Amino acid sequence: MADGAVIAQEPLLRGACCPAPTPELTPRAPSMAAERWARDAGDGVMRVDFLAPEVSCAACISAIEKGLQAAPGVESARVNLSMKRVGVTYRSGETSVDEIARRLEGMGYGVKPFDATAFQSLETDAVGRALLACLAVAGFAAANVMLLSVSVWSGAVDATRDLMHWLSALIALPAVAFAGRPFYRSAWNALRVGRLNMDVPITLAVLLAAGVSLFETAHSGHHAYFDASVSLLFFLLIGRYLDHRTRGMARSAAAELSALAASAAALVTPGGTKRLVAIEELSPGDLIEVAPGERIPADGEVLDGVSDMDRSMVTGETTPETARPGTIAHAGMMNLTGLLRLRVSATEDGTLLAEIARMIEAAERGANRYTRLADRAARIYAPGVHLIALTAFIGWMVWTGGDWRVSVMIASALLIITCPCALGLAVPAVQATAGGVLFRNGVLVKDGAALEKLGEIDTVVFDKTGTLTLGRPRLVDGPSDPKTWCLAAGLAEASRHPLSRALLAAATDRGVQPERVENASEHPGAGVEATRVGADAGSRVRLGRGDWCGAPELSGDALTRVWLHVEGRDPVAFAFEDEMRADAASVMASLKELGLNTLLLSGDRESVVSVAAARLGVDAWRAELTPANKLAALKALADEGRKVLMVGDGINDAPALAAAHVSMSPAAAADVSRAAAGMVFTGDALAPVAFAHKVSRTARTRALQNFAIAAGYNAMAIPLAMFGFVTPLIAALAMSGSSIVVTLNAVRLRSLNAEGHSR
Amino acid sequence: MNGLLVLIPIALLLGMLGLGAFLWSLRSGQYDDLDGAAHRILSDNDDAPNA
Repeated sequence: MADGAVIAQEPLLRGACCPAPTPELTPRAPSMAAERWARDAGDGVMRVDFLAPEVSCAACISAIEKGLQAAPGVESARVNLSMKRVGVTYRSGETSVDEIARRLEGMGYGVKPFDATAFQSLETDAVGRALLACLAVAGFAAANVMLLSVSVWSGAVDATRDLMHWLSALIALPAVAFAGRPFYRSAWNALRVGRLNMDVPITLAVLLAAGVSLFETAHSGHHAYFDASVSLLFFLLIGRYLDHRTRGMARSAAAELSALAASAAALVTPGGTKRLVAIEELSPGDLIEVAPGERIPADGEVLDGVSDMDRSMVTGETTPETARPGTIAHAGMMNLTGLLRLRVSATEDGTLLAEIARMIEAAERGANRYTRLADRAARIYAPGVHLIALTAFIGWMVWTGGDWRVSVMIASALLIITCPCALGLAVPAVQATAGGVLFRNGVLVKDGAALEKLGEIDTVVFDKTGTLTLGRPRLVDGPSDPKTWCLAAGLAEASRHPLSRALLAAATDRGVQPERVENASEHPGAGVEATRVGADAGSRVRLGRGDWCGAPELSGDALTRVWLHVEGRDPVAFAFEDEMRADAASVMASLKELGLNTLLLSGDRESVVSVAAARLGVDAWRAELTPANKLAALKALADEGRKVLMVGDGINDAPALAAAHVSMSPAAAADVSRAAAGMVFTGDALAPVAFAHKVSRTARTRALQNFAIAAGYNAMAIPLAMFGFVTPLIAALAMSGSSIVVTLNAVRLRSLNAEGHSR
Repeated sequence: MNGLLVLIPIALLLGMLGLGAFLWSLRSGQYDDLDGAAHRILSDNDDAPNA
C-alpha cells in the first residue's frame, strides 16, 4: 500500500481532546531567537526540543510525528507524552526551528522551544536510570538471599547452613558493592569535609553486616546478616529513587515555567526594518515597537504613539494609564490600544526590574536558612546511632573479656536494626505522594522545602490584583435602557480595550443585539468614536473616558467607568470592577477557620482595596503600597515571629514573595514573581492555595507520625539488640515491618483530593 | 537435599534472566515515556513493519 494513501485517510482521526488545526500559518512572536535552542547532533543534523502542553492522547502523538516526518528536512520526530515534549532532529539548512514550530502550530499545538541542554540530566535522566539499576540489583539480591535465609531460619544445620551462607555471600557481596554506591559516595563526601550525614551510618551498617557475615560464614558461624544488608539497601534505594523523582518533577516544573516565559521583542533597526529578537538581547538605546495586546518587554521611554497601558502586573493598580511620548513604560505592563515605539533605557540600574531584582536579592539574603525535616532528624539520628553502637561494642568487649567477634556482631546488629528507614524512605514517600496529589490538582511544587514550610504557616498574605482577582474587568452597573445597550455594544465591538471586551461580554449575556455603527475609530487613551446609521443617521457617538465624553469626574469609589456619549444627550456610565476569583471568599473563610491570620497588601487605590477587603472578610488590609512597602510589611511580620505564606502575582510582589517563609503564585503571574515563588498554581480558582496548605499540613503530620513509628520500633529493638537477642530473623522482620508500615502510612495521603474546593 | 543442588542454580538463573531483562529495558529507554507507551499501543500503524 502506498504511504500517501494511508496519510490521506488518517489525519482526520483526532481525539476529542486534541486541539483543532489552525489553517493559516500566522507568524509567531518568538522567531529568529528560537534558533539558539537547537544543538548540534553531528553530521549536519540539529536537535531541538519543544514543550507542547496540549499533547494529550494517542491521536496527538501520531498527528505530530507523522506530520513532522512528512515535512522537508526533518529527520525524526518523537513525542514524549509523560513530559509533554517533542524532540525533533532536522538537517540544518533544509529547515529551521522556526519552520518546525510553525508547522506544529499549524496542527494546533502551541509550542515553545526550550534549552534542553540546561536540563539534559532531566531529559535522559541518567541519575534516575542508575538509581533504578541499583534498585533492581538490590531487589534481586534481597529476594534471593531472603529465600536462602528462610531455609537457615527453619533449621538448616552444619554443611547445609554453610552452603546457604556461602551462596548468600555469592549473591549479596556483588550486590552490596554495586547497589550501595550512591550511599558510599555520599558518605565519603560528607566524611571528607568532616561532617556526618545519614549515609554514614547506612554505609557502616551495610559494610559491617556484610563483612561480619562473611567472617562468620568462613568460620561456620550460626548467624549471617547478608539478607539484612541487601534488604536495607533495597528499602533505602526505594526512598532515594522517590526523592529523585520528586526533585525531578520540581525541576521540570521550574524549567517548563521559565521556558514558557521566553518571548521576543520587535526591534526596529537603524535602517527602519523590524526584527524579532530575544528580550535578553535588547540593549539600552534600542528602539522597539510594541503592538496592542502585547506586554512591554523592557523598561523604556515612549517616543511615538498613544495608548492605554494596563499597569496591574507592575503596580497592582487596576485603572489603565495613558501612555504618550515621554511616558516611562515599565517591563510587564500591557499595551492595550495603540502601537507604541519605545527607546529601551539602561538596564543595569534605574529600571524598575533592576530595582526589584536588588530587593529580591536582599530579601533572600535576609531569609533564614531552612533545614528540611529529614535533615533535622538526621542531625540527631546519625551521631546517636554511632554512639549507641559504640557503647554496645565497648560494653560487650568488657563483659566478655575481649571477645571482639561477638562484640562486632552485636554492634553491627544494632546498626542494622536502627536502620534509618523512617528517614530514608518514609519522608521521600510522603513527599512524592504529596507532590503527586498536588500536581493532579493544579499545583506545581518548584521547591521541595516549600511543601514542608507551607505546613508551618500561621499567616497568609494576599496581593489583590491578579491574585484574589482575575485581573479582568467585569461589568457591575449599567443603564437600564436596552437601546443604550445596543449602541454601546455596537461601539464596543470596534475596540480591543479590555473594558470594551467586558462590556460586549455583558451585552451578549443580556441578549443584546449590537447596533451597527459606521466609521468607528479607536482613539488610544480616550475611547471609540463612530457615526450612527438608521434612525439617527449621521450623529456622532463616543464610548470612552469620562473627560473625553464630557462626563462629571467621579472620584473616591472603587469602580472603573466607561461613558457612552450621544450628541445632545447626557453621558451614561457603565461601571466595572476587577472580577474576583469565584471562590476567593470561601477560600478566605476556610483559611480563617483553620486559625490562620489573613492579610491583604495591595498596590491599588484605597477605595478599591477597602471594598474588596470588606467583601472577602480579611483580618486586615493595606492599600497603595510600593514593592518596598510590601517587603517591609513582610519583614515586620517575620520579626514578630510569624511564618507567612505570601500569595502574589505582580512584579511589585516579587520581593515580598522572596521574603516570605513560603510563597505561591498563579501561573499567569509575572516571570519574576513565578521565579521567586516556591509553588505555582494554575486555573481561575483560588482553591489550590487552600488545598496545597491542607496537603502540606497532612504531609507534615504523616512525616512526624512516621518518625514516631520508627522511633517506637527502635525503642523496642535497641534494648534487644544491646543484649544480643537480635538474630538475623528478628532483624529482617523488624526492618521490613517498619519500612512497610511507614510507606503505607505515607501512601494514605493519596486519598486527599480537592473535594469541596473543586470548581 | 540433592535436589537443592539443581534447584538453587535454576532459581538463580531465572532470577538473573529477569534482572537482565529489566536492566536491558532500562538501558534501551523503555521507561522514559510511560504515558506515551500506554497511548501508542492504541494506534495500530505506529512502529509497525512496512507492509
